[in-house]
Amino acid sequence: MGSNMAENHPVGFQWVMEAKLRGARVIHVDPRFTRTSAVADRHVALRAGSDIAFLGGVINYILSNEREFRDYVLAYTNASTIVSDDFRDTEDLDGLFSGYDQATASYDNSSWQYKEMEASAAVGHQEAGAPSGEQAHGAHGGRLHQRDRSAVDDSLEDPRCVFQILKRHYSRYTPEKVEEICGVPRAQFLEVAEALCQNSGRERTSAFCYAVGWTQHTVGVQYIRTAAVIQLLLGNIGRPGGGILALRGHASIQGSTDIPTLFNILPGYLPMPDAQKHPTLERYIEANTTPAGFWGNTDTYIVSLLKAWFGEAATAENDYCYDHLPRISGDHSHYSTSMDMLEGKVDGYFVMGENPVVGTANSRLHRLAFSRLKWMVVRDFSLIETATFWKQSPEIESGELRSQDIGTEVFFMPAAAHTEKDGSFTNTQRLLQWHHAAVAPVGDRRSELWFMYHLGRRVRAKLAASSDPRDRPILDLTWEYPTDGAIEEPSADAVLSEINGYEVASGKPLPSFLALEADGSTACGCWIYSGVRAEGVNQASRRKPGAEQTWVAPEWGWAWPMNRRILYNRASADPHGNPWSERKRYVWWDQDSEQWTGEDIPDFVKDMRPDYVPDEGSRGPDALRGDEPFIMQADGRGWLFAPSGLTDGPMSTHYEPQESPFDNALYGIRANPARQQLPGPENLYHPSDGDAHADVFPYVFTTYRLTEHHTAGGMSRWLPYLSELQPEMFVEVSAELARERGLENAGWATIITARGAIEARVLVTDRVKPLRVQGRLVHQVGLPYHWGDQGYATGDAANELLSIAMDSNVHIGEYKAATCDVRPGRRPRGRARRELVERYQREAGLR
Amino acid sequence: MKLDTHVWPGNYGAEARPRMGFFTDTSVCIGCKACEVACKQWNGVPEDGLDFTGNSYDNTGGLGADSWRHVAFIEQEKPLSLQQAPPGAGGDGDNSTGMRWLMSSDVCKHCTEAACLDVCPTGALFRTEFGTVVVQEDVCNGCGYCIPACPFGVIDQRKGDGRAWKCTLCYDRLQVGEEPACAKACPTDSIQFGELEDLRERAGARVETLHETGVQEARLYGESPGDGVGGFGAFFLLLDAPETYGLPPDPVVGTRKLGEMWRTAALAGATLALGAAAAVARR
Repeated sequence: MGSNMAENHPVGFQWVMEAKLRGARVIHVDPRFTRTSAVADRHVALRAGSDIAFLGGVINYILSNEREFRDYVLAYTNASTIVSDDFRDTEDLDGLFSGYDQATASYDNSSWQYKEMEASAAVGHQEAGAPSGEQAHGAHGGRLHQRDRSAVDDSLEDPRCVFQILKRHYSRYTPEKVEEICGVPRAQFLEVAEALCQNSGRERTSAFCYAVGWTQHTVGVQYIRTAAVIQLLLGNIGRPGGGILALRGHASIQGSTDIPTLFNILPGYLPMPDAQKHPTLERYIEANTTPAGFWGNTDTYIVSLLKAWFGEAATAENDYCYDHLPRISGDHSHYSTSMDMLEGKVDGYFVMGENPVVGTANSRLHRLAFSRLKWMVVRDFSLIETATFWKQSPEIESGELRSQDIGTEVFFMPAAAHTEKDGSFTNTQRLLQWHHAAVAPVGDRRSELWFMYHLGRRVRAKLAASSDPRDRPILDLTWEYPTDGAIEEPSADAVLSEINGYEVASGKPLPSFLALEADGSTACGCWIYSGVRAEGVNQASRRKPGAEQTWVAPEWGWAWPMNRRILYNRASADPHGNPWSERKRYVWWDQDSEQWTGEDIPDFVKDMRPDYVPDEGSRGPDALRGDEPFIMQADGRGWLFAPSGLTDGPMSTHYEPQESPFDNALYGIRANPARQQLPGPENLYHPSDGDAHADVFPYVFTTYRLTEHHTAGGMSRWLPYLSELQPEMFVEVSAELARERGLENAGWATIITARGAIEARVLVTDRVKPLRVQGRLVHQVGLPYHWGDQGYATGDAANELLSIAMDSNVHIGEYKAATCDVRPGRRPRGRARRELVERYQREAGLR
Repeated sequence: MKLDTHVWPGNYGAEARPRMGFFTDTSVCIGCKACEVACKQWNGVPEDGLDFTGNSYDNTGGLGADSWRHVAFIEQEKPLSLQQAPPGAGGDGDNSTGMRWLMSSDVCKHCTEAACLDVCPTGALFRTEFGTVVVQEDVCNGCGYCIPACPFGVIDQRKGDGRAWKCTLCYDRLQVGEEPACAKACPTDSIQFGELEDLRERAGARVETLHETGVQEARLYGESPGDGVGGFGAFFLLLDAPETYGLPPDPVVGTRKLGEMWRTAALAGATLALGAAAAVARR
């Protein structure tokens, strides 16, 4: 679900096909019949933006038919935990959880806590355990103030226990409601729910694969949470063949959050220090340390990181240069920065490996924002649309912008391809795979590593004589890397050594993060990657064929953490440490050697007995019990109910997308009340069902990718061999919609929203069908988003159409479901194009 | 099993290598077109136009001088027997997706009896030591005889060049022990390369497996030495009749009767000559 794996991950999909050959059943739930559906055993078409209703229906099916894996649920999840008396569910508040603040459109999650936790908060740990603002809900996960769950009910009968709350919460997600909301006939839904239940338990496991079809919604994180709850209820986490697999958008996107390009985290999911909450290293550590589990060792991770970055300058006396780290003061994510740019608050911008004018929502807004910059650096293979916005764009054509009036100085830096540089990819399964340069970069092309290293080197040279304290962070950085050849390419392997970590005194590589210290004696660039260069060997470059090793293939690349291939794999054994079944044995307690062993590296303290119970004074990993596999959580358990870590609710709830032709059939609240909106004249939102003029934009559209092109086109639209395979922007419509709007196959259509109007060739296909939702037929319109006005194959960008409306947890936009109108023929040119959009804005009552 | 051609392996003697070919199993094709791109990349085949066809995801159109692999996309309102009609289908606003989207990567068949080769007057087309059929670009004079001779419409003249071009089964790669580019690039092993005898065995087993799992429509195309071209060196597993994929159901090599024709002609000539001689003798 939420993934078109055959088209967008064809190389990874070979393993799905191999699993099929071995008897696996593949079910594809997706708005369109795609190349994935073509080879699946079953395709289920659902309305774009309705997945939580579908998945919530599965949870309800499991709970109301007692199909959960009861032993697993009781032992390994927080099902039995009693929740605070102050908590109110959407059941009680018609679509809102307790703690909602209308003025800020956000939640205070204090009422979502476990029952006994308020007491501990009152005795002085209030702030220590409660990250706030941007850090309240970072990728580092939820927090608890203490580990003990004193208020529990193992019978799962207490009406305030998580299990019962969950049961009530999802009770209205009936097969009938699924049909009404998703447009999926109930018999089809029941077939899927039953297939999942039958294929889970002691003997069998099921996996979910998802991609941006789930994340790119105003409730994206909750889509994934819903799947996580299903997998926990069915016992499909930490076991072979189970899990929730996040298929990443392109190579090393996983790596780009592990060692982040994000504004709110440091390497290894350490939170970025907060300007108010974390004035000192001590406060930072206190606030980001859990009483139990591996977040109990946060001090060793952050101090080692500071030693890696600031070297000799980092001492115990100066808090290891903690004050050199930037402080976070608010939302500085992609879109918020674009809005700031639009208001003239941003001077300069680096664009690397991205083409926002084509690849992100609301292209026009981005072009207008870029026109207010002083300078912009674009690094790419070709002159992508983001680099040429100042001389060719719809705004230049309409006369709204003139090149001579745009003050932005654009620097274009040619980039080297992955074949021209050493480095690693970290993909879906947290697997680091090293690649070696096959050829030298042509001409002036350079790697990112070269660019950042030499930029840093030159900036440092300019500042060398400075005594200004604000220059200290840059001057104190460890910035010595060996270089190679005439172009002085820095050694990627040397960077990997720093990431792996080393003993400061001897320079000896660290074996794993278990060796990290908080006293400055170890340095480590990313704690979860520690071990990737254990014993001085680049473990990520191992390529031992699968046939020459065990089926888990531990010697192909290296997976973080500690080369574990399945996280939380302690859950593959029962509480006593024995495999749940012979068929699914993976990691178990070996009585003779008194340690955990198995097919994979156990994700547990190696010699912690299954019956171990911590004593009062234990902290960190030692404070977990021997039968609690979820070692990153303070209670060691998988969370069916999330007391913290999420901005928009402890459980998922079906909300309609920002723009929808339908009202919420389950609650009085239509869209996610905590979604992030950036309203303004350049980011107008459509009226939805129930609002006046909602019928101006009657169709649902969704955007996606094709196998033949890559994201915003920078790697494909300039290549003739790829361009000829999908030469033009097109729109996929059903025969019914083609009749309704007079569209001809291979002819032209114009698609219009309040943000823009684009043209596309028409592809009439039975693969896109109208669905019956809430008693009405709804047409879905499919738009691939690869094209722009530069390159060899050109066309209009689908992102001209989208507004910016986001999930508040991760600031990712809703690209997968919005509303539009469709007309036959090509769009108007020049000024008339804008006038068409403005006419629609007036008709919709937006201006 | 008869896999020998007129000249292979006989004429090669000790230099003959096992006959190599493709088995294209369309039941696992995901339509990624990696074969088309890898083929063009390796063989330096030119791009041939940014044409949006409106015919499903097929913007290549067919095999030709500049497309030596072609992935066909066939959308039909007809579910695969494996997928069956989903429950709850039918009625107004039918939400069923009782359809199928067949994908198949087509290629030169490297026929056992190859008409293109038979009619080539220059010897540009020849049978290699691997039993494959290859055009030598430095010998071809662009006469074009081979084009109507091919019962599949595979070989074609390149515009602005005039010579005939088609799949070489990556002859250059075979000579150094590498598999053809398309097979190398195929992520799902839909395109399998190997010794033809092995491939036929593998294909037979695959059809059986599919039949056992309920895919009744699975069938082999071009594996029979008894067909009109003596069997394909590159054969297929299809999920419907060949016509569905735009392939001829019963291809016949146009030159098959050539020998017989010559014999008949010779006989007629001889008879004529004999008659003439007799007439002369009677005088």
